[in-house]
Amino acid sequence: MIKIKAKDVDVFYGKKQALFNISLDIEENQVTALIGPSGCGKSTFLRCLNRMNDVIDICSVKGEILINDFNINDKGCDVVRLREKIGMVFQKPNPFPKTLYENVSYGPTIHGIAQSKQEMDEIVETSLKKAALWEEVKDRLHEPGTGLSGGQQQRLCIARAISVSPEVILMDEPCSALDPIATAQIEELIDGLKKEHTIIIVTHSMAQAARVSQNTGFFHLGQLIEHGSTDKIFKNPDNKKTQDYITGRFG
Amino acid sequence: MNLILFTFIVLLGFTSYYFGRKKAYTIQSTKKRLTALPQFYGYYLAIWCAIPAFIIFSLWAIFEPTIVKLLILSDYLNQGYLDDELNLIYEKTKALSRGQFTGEITPFIKASAEKYLSLRSIAQSSKVVIVLSAIIASVAYAYKKISSNSRTREPVEKFLNAVLFTASLAAILTTVGIVFSLIFQTIDFFKVIPLFDFVFGTHWYPAKAFVRDSSEALDPTMYSDTFGAVPIFAGTFFIAFIAMCVAIPIGLMSGIYLAEYASYKVRQYAKPLIEILAGIPTVVYGFFAALTVGPFLKELGTSMGLEVSAESALAAGGVMGIMIIPFISSLSDDVITSVPQSLRDGSYAMGATKSETIKRVIFPAALPGIVGSILLGVSRAIGETMIVVMASGLAANLTLNPLESTSTITAQIVVILIGDQAFGDPKTQAAFALGMSLFLVTLCLNIVALKVVKKYREKYE
Amino acid sequence: MNKNKEQLLKKRYKAEQRFRLYGQSAIFMALLFLTFFIFKIFSTGHSAFQKTWLIVPVTFDAELMMLEQNPSNVDIQDADYYDIALKSMADLDLNANEDQENELKRMVSYFFEKEIKNELLNDPSLIGKTKEVYLTASDDLDQVFKGNYPRDLPEDQRRVSDYQLKIFDQLVANGKVESKFNISFFTNPDSREAELAGIASSFMGSIFSILVCLMIAFPVAVLAAIYLEEFAPKNRFTDFIEVNINNLAAVPSIVFGLLGLGVLLAIFQLPRSTPLVGGITLSLMTLPTIIIAARASLKAVPPSIREAALAMGASRMQTTMHHTVPLSMPGTLSGTIIGLAQALGETAPLILIGMVAFVNTIPGSPMDPAASLPVQIYIWAESAERGFVEKVSACIMVLLGFLITMNLFAQIIRHKFEKKWS
Repeated sequence: MIKIKAKDVDVFYGKKQALFNISLDIEENQVTALIGPSGCGKSTFLRCLNRMNDVIDICSVKGEILINDFNINDKGCDVVRLREKIGMVFQKPNPFPKTLYENVSYGPTIHGIAQSKQEMDEIVETSLKKAALWEEVKDRLHEPGTGLSGGQQQRLCIARAISVSPEVILMDEPCSALDPIATAQIEELIDGLKKEHTIIIVTHSMAQAARVSQNTGFFHLGQLIEHGSTDKIFKNPDNKKTQDYITGRFG
Repeated sequence: MNLILFTFIVLLGFTSYYFGRKKAYTIQSTKKRLTALPQFYGYYLAIWCAIPAFIIFSLWAIFEPTIVKLLILSDYLNQGYLDDELNLIYEKTKALSRGQFTGEITPFIKASAEKYLSLRSIAQSSKVVIVLSAIIASVAYAYKKISSNSRTREPVEKFLNAVLFTASLAAILTTVGIVFSLIFQTIDFFKVIPLFDFVFGTHWYPAKAFVRDSSEALDPTMYSDTFGAVPIFAGTFFIAFIAMCVAIPIGLMSGIYLAEYASYKVRQYAKPLIEILAGIPTVVYGFFAALTVGPFLKELGTSMGLEVSAESALAAGGVMGIMIIPFISSLSDDVITSVPQSLRDGSYAMGATKSETIKRVIFPAALPGIVGSILLGVSRAIGETMIVVMASGLAANLTLNPLESTSTITAQIVVILIGDQAFGDPKTQAAFALGMSLFLVTLCLNIVALKVVKKYREKYE
Repeated sequence: MNKNKEQLLKKRYKAEQRFRLYGQSAIFMALLFLTFFIFKIFSTGHSAFQKTWLIVPVTFDAELMMLEQNPSNVDIQDADYYDIALKSMADLDLNANEDQENELKRMVSYFFEKEIKNELLNDPSLIGKTKEVYLTASDDLDQVFKGNYPRDLPEDQRRVSDYQLKIFDQLVANGKVESKFNISFFTNPDSREAELAGIASSFMGSIFSILVCLMIAFPVAVLAAIYLEEFAPKNRFTDFIEVNINNLAAVPSIVFGLLGLGVLLAIFQLPRSTPLVGGITLSLMTLPTIIIAARASLKAVPPSIREAALAMGASRMQTTMHHTVPLSMPGTLSGTIIGLAQALGETAPLILIGMVAFVNTIPGSPMDPAASLPVQIYIWAESAERGFVEKVSACIMVLLGFLITMNLFAQIIRHKFEKKWS
């Protein structure tokens, strides 16, 4: 089932065009990887999906992005509700300077999801368990979130994103600031999460894309060169450029 | 006369520079390599000329008056004169020698005056002679030392380094000066007025303490009721409190708005305009408060059936608050802007509105910096003088009613010290004691504020 | 469940609107204060730039002036003008009794003798003739003409009597009252008479104070900043110096006044009430400001410049003096001007060291007693006469004019000359 349909998306930073005519379908409950060399627009496209580009003054987005058949670029789209449904994990872990508990309960609090303290405790526990962090931190929930290691912090951010039960989770190079062990843990996590969430991950590492994703899109200089199943892209790409990137001829 | 000598030393300095450099050129022309540029030889010589001269000149200027005075007064020792009377004799002597004395001329005073004149002329001539000989000796010595091997750039640069270092001591000297000027008067004050009475007494009425004859000892019991500083401390904090009630909401919200909401154009115009409020001299604020705000509040109160003084604490505190707005606004703006964008992104991505992000994430993160800026604002409010002097009362009134008039530490200092003061008078000493309290309080506030802001900076930079 | 969500969302958006509104109103209020304040100052002050003159016919009666035929210039200088002055005012109402003649005399400033004398000095042929002379109106009548005076108060509550008002109205009706640009505001020293008071003395006092302040603070501060930024070793003592500087920057200005009083006046016995002492006190206050600005400018020069110079074999002193310092000058100068602007507006410390005495001569050097512009504002603000209100506002306008100019100047220097290290 197609969860997200992007149609002819153009993105401009001021006068400079960053994305050219992107059309891409994202499958539900699968992991889609966006790969390509630095600065080719993958993160920009990712940020279109939850309207995070609105935060940047000079950025303008054209085209249609349909999520559940609703165009999120439409003027009538409520960004606050959208972002409840679409979560994001950033490249550098950015836990709030609050306690672990408060970090995870932030989303449910502002969206009024929990009706009682007990419910909130349950949500926090579930989210931390799903993020494979519960065992490590269950005894220090009221300590600052910034006191964890890099990998733990990123899992905390994942728990925070999951806490509002989003339908889609966007991940912008989530492991690039982490060591290999933490990376492996997170990749395992992603595999488990896809059962209940649609995941789109931007990654620099082709190996990681090959490991975690079922579908892949290859971006180059603001254009979507090719997209399809991960197997096909990596073993038998249609486009020569894709082939060159995969085999490491550039990038 | 001194001016001529001073100018002369400077001229000799320039001349030595010229000759030093010339010698260097001469050495150079004999094809020997110099270890430094010629002008350094010039500087070297100039330093050797001027510095010993200035040292002698300054020492002389400092000590000559005292020595002359001692010599003149040595004639009057052991005759049972008190210190004050000796001073008077000396003043009369000086006046007579200048032809400005209009009283009765006794033979003693006349003799002293003549001795004074001769002493001074001896001093003048010997000063000139000694300074000039010092210059000649040191320049000759230095000149001989100049050869192709002498390293002149290093000593010159060492000298410059010493000059720079001395300049940097200026800040310490100033602090020392402040403490020094305050502490002796304060100690003298507390010799007469017990510390307890000062800190806990509730009546402040220094007009009661007029100048006493210095031979009479001051009776502390007479003053137990005049120097109680509680109403003044209370007034200071009360007015500062009113000021912060105005400044914090407006300052903080403007700072937040400018940092997070304002468009580039709005920020470009609004920020400098608000900064103008900080540049207006406080005496102007004081005038404004006394002319406009005070009477306006009084009329407003009267129309509402309230008794409002024309010099209410509300008027003074309110205007002071307006003055402090830009401090808080500016500092908060900076502090909030420096919160990393990643925190904001994290919050927006969770679906929070802008105000929720500010209230729940950014403000708590920026809190130490904001608290620091508020403390600095409080410190400014406590130390502010002209607004209170002009718009609030000058009588120390212990009250918590903002519609009444009260006074602050700074206003009292001005009231006591405006016009002629006599040192040694408990009133004057009281002013210095107040100054000392003010200095200590603001010092503590500033140290705490700077520490808090520093800790905040370390977190994010 | 969905309905609750809808409601919650509405609430959240409303809260967002409110918050934004608070921010906007805060800015609006701050700017409102500013506008109101400037408006008030201008509306009360602009009238001070106009001076009211009464045009009175004066008969230069040689007998009353005790002059003989063909007097020399010296004779004219030494003549007595009081009688003809009095007579010319008394003649405004030929039926005036003695009390009323007194009141007529008080309708002009006490300068009126001098003004009549100047008229004769300019044109000695006036002896024996009558001419209409411009005489400065008294401060109260000046305010009446400008419409600032409460004419409807009962007579015993005013300083202007009904009789004076009657004569005055007559003069106005006959076109004998004029308003001209008030040059004397700028050229006169302070005076007890509001109509004659000017800012020349306090202006010069301010200029001298600032010059003394500049000459002491600038070199010391820049040298100190150079040392601290370029040469000082990183040890406890250097930290101590820095702590001192930061603290001094936040010490209330009145404490510096106490310092000036206790040390400069009491111990060093420098002359009281002079811009010399004022300037030294101000320089101590301005030192930290300039040091901090200079250090920031020095810090902004990239290390690559220093390294290039050192690699050429320059000593540290030469590197600093020839390269770093000149490059940092725009920022330092800009900070200095801003520091001086702050010093210009200081009042409390100058009051404490005595620059608040009534000085009615224009100081010729920093050693002459003087007031400063802000202190003048204070003095005039404290006086009861209505005529001083507009003068205070006008003085404020002049002071603000200077401050704005200085700040603009500082900005121009910074923008035009500062190199942008990208």
